Amino acid sequence: MPFQPVKFYQTGTFTVGNRLLALEQRSVQANMQRTNSLNSGHRACQGCGEALGARYAIDAAMRASNKQLIAANATGCLEVFSTPYPETSWQIPWIHSLFGNTAAVATGIAAALRVKGRREVRVIAQGGDGGTTDIGFGCLSGMFERNDDVLYICYDNEAYMNTGVQRSSATPPAARTATTMPVGPEPGNVFGQGKNVAQIAMAHNIPYVATATVADLHDLEYKVNRAMGMHGARYIHIFVPCPLGWGAASNDTIRLARLARETGLFAVYEAEHGEVTSVSKIRKRVPVEDYLKLQRRFAHLFGKTPALETIARIQAMADKNIRKFGLLEQGGQ
Amino acid sequence: MLKQCEGSHAVASAVAMCRPEVICAYPISPQTHIVEGLGEMVKSGNLAPCEFINVESEFAAMSVAIGASAAGARSYTATASQGLLFMVEAVYNASGLGLPIVMTVANRAIGAPINIWNDHSDSMSQRDCGWIQLFAENNQEALDLHIQAFRLGEELSLPVMVCMDGFILTHAYERVDIPAQEQVDSYLPAFVPRQILDPAEPVSIGAMVGPEAFTEVRYLAHAKQMQALELIPQHAAEFKQIFGRDSGGLVRPYRCEDAETIVVALGSVLGTLKDTIDEMRDAGHKVGVLGIVSFRPFPLLAVREVLKNARRVVVLEKSLAVGIGGIVATDVRMALSGLHLHGYTVIAGLGGRAITKASLHKMLERAVKDELEHLTFLDLDHNLINRHLEREKQKRRSGPMAENMLRDVGVVAARIA
Repeated sequence: MPFQPVKFYQTGTFTVGNRLLALEQRSVQANMQRTNSLNSGHRACQGCGEALGARYAIDAAMRASNKQLIAANATGCLEVFSTPYPETSWQIPWIHSLFGNTAAVATGIAAALRVKGRREVRVIAQGGDGGTTDIGFGCLSGMFERNDDVLYICYDNEAYMNTGVQRSSATPPAARTATTMPVGPEPGNVFGQGKNVAQIAMAHNIPYVATATVADLHDLEYKVNRAMGMHGARYIHIFVPCPLGWGAASNDTIRLARLARETGLFAVYEAEHGEVTSVSKIRKRVPVEDYLKLQRRFAHLFGKTPALETIARIQAMADKNIRKFGLLEQGGQ
Repeated sequence: MLKQCEGSHAVASAVAMCRPEVICAYPISPQTHIVEGLGEMVKSGNLAPCEFINVESEFAAMSVAIGASAAGARSYTATASQGLLFMVEAVYNASGLGLPIVMTVANRAIGAPINIWNDHSDSMSQRDCGWIQLFAENNQEALDLHIQAFRLGEELSLPVMVCMDGFILTHAYERVDIPAQEQVDSYLPAFVPRQILDPAEPVSIGAMVGPEAFTEVRYLAHAKQMQALELIPQHAAEFKQIFGRDSGGLVRPYRCEDAETIVVALGSVLGTLKDTIDEMRDAGHKVGVLGIVSFRPFPLLAVREVLKNARRVVVLEKSLAVGIGGIVATDVRMALSGLHLHGYTVIAGLGGRAITKASLHKMLERAVKDELEHLTFLDLDHNLINRHLEREKQKRRSGPMAENMLRDVGVVAARIA
């Protein structure tokens, strides 16, 4: 980690005391000067990981850009719950155009700012996994390839939640969604090849790619800040649990995000110009069951006859991630 | 300055003189030469400040234009045919958001079967998308309409499509009068939008609107187009003052005063029609032509005013509403409601089939005797169709028609006359 690691294992919680951090590393959210860019009163569900992630990410970007920020937003939960006409929760200039064109709209905004000589104003594009890994993928790749001066943030809750929990290309194997029901010989989502957009972003050799979760908000703020310190195309993929779509308790959002990392199912790392530069290590590796059991979308794996083979395949995915990214801390278990 | 040049380059010069700030380009024939010309101007520094962005699809082209326009930059792109269809979602979005983007549509057929030649199917498919649609008769008008389009769009906060016939205009070398930069500057003020994305004054654009106000938003879109009906003639008049020529406007009647038969059409075919009408006038027929420049908004009153004293109307159009007949014809009929005129729809020039004077003569001579079928496909090869229908009668199977028919046509599949 290129920033001060703070661990409070002794307290049994992961709450990081702001006062114990160096000034510049203290949480944006804990500061009275935070911008509340996504203001209260919006209509996200209780325990929404996306709302949490967006609030931290955008406030951090606002601090990093000295409040000179414009955001383009894909269609999806974040758009719908934040801007029911004539209300808006956004305290920043914000535009929603379509589901699949957010990266291109952001490119247009960045081009307009460049032509007008407003170099100080920065541009963020944001969307869910559907708007990023599926329908917006073409525009996203185009923006990466041209290295347009845009930070794209994907809030990944692993399905189309806004339309009623349908499968996206980010939905994990075996997960129940409205279009991958737990019926038939292979219940839930199929074991496909997966579509790791952070890795695909790295293959574009763009200046900065990072993954993060809403379990480690300091890390998220740090990565947004780091991305905002660079120009060109940048991508941050944030893992945001969805209580509604996952069938999880709304007070388990952060726990689930933490377990996703500690099982190895979601690798947290950052990369520059296509090369991994840092990895969030796992101190104590957690079996995938601990993560899966908290979610009703995987309930069919834990019936009268547990689907041991399926669970083993999911465990193998986690193990592969751990090997591939070297996620295990030295001396860790 | 008079210049002999390709239609696309004439348009590129006009667009450049309008000082666009963001241009998005994705290649599709036959609009490519326009953005190629602009790209070179930007890269060489002759058009500055301007960002030229090579995007990965037409959907991205319109989306980049949306972002740029919302951030206050004058934005331009060009497309045609499949490209227009590919960007449709963003096309509707641009008008819904009230962004005055100008786009050239180099009119081309829509597949399948794939066809790169000219007709109006692409623009016509977007007649209800909320954009203003202006059709150019020749390259001079194509050039002029782009200058008027930026002015009109920005005044109304609406995007404008300038439609020009692919190849027939875009690739034709004609003499055009290229205006001086000072003339364009005096006609087209700087783009100052009412609302832009700016950290100094944060706004949310593109919020979700429910049943409580959606109808009102749509009504206002219509009301704006109705305002355009008044602005378009005013802008054409001002244009004449500065540039010294008639260009634009809503409709353009030719020898219609005492005409018993009036042909209604859009685009470059108007030239051939005028020549045909002249010859028919010489032969003693009272015929005229009504060119429609503004297809959206559709000038119902202006069309009615020209046609009301005629005995018959022939709408000649390069598009087909499959399952009913004409697209333009339907609108013209609406303009004539309550009047008892003979009405004919002639579908012509689809997929680049040449519309010759000879064919027009033959068709019009039957029209003036009221012997024309109400829906006529000009120069239709009945043998080809009958052979296909005969085959289908023997065995009904689903599958593409084109390949079967091409086999009948033989090796010269692209015969145009």
